[in-house]
Amino acid sequence: MSASETSGNEPPAQAINYSSVPDQDGHFGTYGGKFVAETLMSALTDLEALYHRLSADPAFCAELDEDLAHYVGRPSPLYEARRLSAQAGGARIFLKREDLNHTGAHKVNNTVGQALLAKHMGKRRVIAETGAGQHGVATATIAARLGLECHVFMGEEDVRRQALNVYRMKLLGATVVPVTSGSRTLKDAMNEAMRDWVTNVDDTFYIIGTVAGPHPYPLLVRDFQSVIGREARAQSLDQTGRLPDALVACVGGGSNAIGLFHPFLQDEDVAMYGVEAAGHGLETGQHAAPLSAGTPGVLHGNRTYLMQDEAGQIIETHSVSAGLDYPGVGPEHSWLKDIGRVNYVAVDDTQALAAFHQLTRVEGIIPALESSHAIAYATELAARMEKEQTIIVNLSGRGDKDMHTVAEIDGIEF
Amino acid sequence: MSRIAQRFAQLKEQGRKALVTYSVAGDPDAETSLKMLHEMVARGADILEVGVPFSDPMAEGPVIQQAHERALVNRLTLTAVIELVAAFRATDNQTPVLLMGYANPVEHMGYAHFADVASAAGVDALLTVDLPPEEVAPIKAELSRVGMDCILLVAPTTPDARLVKIVKQASGFVYSVSLKGVTGSGHLDSNVVAEQVARIRQHTALPVAVGFGIRDATSARAIAAVADGVVVGSALVAAAAEAGQGGPEAAVAAAGALVAEIRQGIDSLAS
Repeated sequence: MSASETSGNEPPAQAINYSSVPDQDGHFGTYGGKFVAETLMSALTDLEALYHRLSADPAFCAELDEDLAHYVGRPSPLYEARRLSAQAGGARIFLKREDLNHTGAHKVNNTVGQALLAKHMGKRRVIAETGAGQHGVATATIAARLGLECHVFMGEEDVRRQALNVYRMKLLGATVVPVTSGSRTLKDAMNEAMRDWVTNVDDTFYIIGTVAGPHPYPLLVRDFQSVIGREARAQSLDQTGRLPDALVACVGGGSNAIGLFHPFLQDEDVAMYGVEAAGHGLETGQHAAPLSAGTPGVLHGNRTYLMQDEAGQIIETHSVSAGLDYPGVGPEHSWLKDIGRVNYVAVDDTQALAAFHQLTRVEGIIPALESSHAIAYATELAARMEKEQTIIVNLSGRGDKDMHTVAEIDGIEF
Repeated sequence: MSRIAQRFAQLKEQGRKALVTYSVAGDPDAETSLKMLHEMVARGADILEVGVPFSDPMAEGPVIQQAHERALVNRLTLTAVIELVAAFRATDNQTPVLLMGYANPVEHMGYAHFADVASAAGVDALLTVDLPPEEVAPIKAELSRVGMDCILLVAPTTPDARLVKIVKQASGFVYSVSLKGVTGSGHLDSNVVAEQVARIRQHTALPVAVGFGIRDATSARAIAAVADGVVVGSALVAAAAEAGQGGPEAAVAAAGALVAEIRQGIDSLAS
């Protein structure tokens, strides 16, 4: 589909079958697709074919479910945050506890799935990009378990900021490769991972950490992460007797948000809010909110909303949360924004930090700074809702990795 | 007939192979770039491939990545690249010029607008690394409208069935990527290249140029023996950057000297 065709992005005249996207070329309306060098095209085609076969194979699904249950520790609880709800003063807030997964975040749902694909393809080596280090750790973890060689690309700036996660990856046997090109952050790590993949495409599987990248990655990462929403849907029915009124999740690349949202997309009465990082404030330009303040373009294999300047150069982003500090977003989110199914909003550094402290103090749960953006918006939203209504927030990760960042902001030295 | 088709036809008549030289527009500044383009033509380049600087050049090795970064320091963006070509055309209306870059700057400018201004400036073709045949149709339509060629890549990993589809959509010439890797990689194997070129020729009458990993007269000669053209990029960019420490004239001279050396290597085939 061409950039000039807009048919895919107009409000739907009738109900959309959300499982029918992406189309066979990976397009969500005008977004998505496969924008990569020719050398990688056949690897993507092979991956697509294998995934179509395996995702319909009961033995593969059983193998994945087994790993999710006994290695990751699923299902994760749906926890009612009563004291937080009382402080917000409105709707009941429930937390989907992805922070309780092995390795401490939702990322592992996807790495377990992709590593199984790598194993079935006979690849002996996996690579990954990482920003905060959570996806890198989740990849190094599963590589250790399967005995795969693992290289994690990480911007030099992030290597410095996330020293603890770098050490965790090394302990797990991974090689952490500091990336010194460009802005030396997540986007550059992804460029470098693509360069490695194009060089070692025969024996290497690229485990992309979010619902971005070329088709079929946005599709398969969505599928692996949708376990979050499937569980949450059943848990909500079981614990409250009904579906939630609203869902809230933070959006960097957007994998935890798609994971929660996707199984509810057909439920028209469930409102959805994707929370981007407003950094120092949308008006300052120093943020990481392409859906709120960006324009469509092509980066890292897909067409999607991007942070770019008037010449189409990708610009540097800012967020207190390294995991949201990315100039693009998964193409499905771009489509969901344009058709109006999901509301995209933004929360700045200060609001996220306040929510980080609030949840820690009133519920005894230390959230990741990424997830703190979702908590901040959910408390605002709850205040505008009725007491009998419910909100599910994806608590996508735990905050242990952010101790240094928060302490530094609070002026504390260890 | 397009400048590119004309150039390949002339060379074929003369029994010579094409030397395609790559440099990044605006590396290290627009003025030096312009001088370098003329110098490379004077020293034996047949076709100029001009890199459009991009913040995220995913297919490039370190040498060309750094060239993109140097060019972007001066904010040398797509509009300025097109102006550079227009300035080049003021004194050279013969040498084909193709722009090589990434989809986003072109998409941001708008495909139709790009085609209009680029063709008006005398750009002959566009090669976007990250627009495979699956995604290239909309821009190709605009390029065709203004008579510009759309250069497509064939890789060592491209299966035959796919190769057939690619060459059907290609125009100007087919760009055969010599190896699995980024630009400037060091593991060129001329036997592999020969096989791939033969595979391409089974399905198209278009000229075939080979790029990635060709760095000197010897490797250029080996590739020219089996292809219609060789593309030299990283080696030229590196030579200019190194000499450029001594000023822009030195950079231009170094690039020119390497072009002359490679030209000789290629032409020694004919004799």
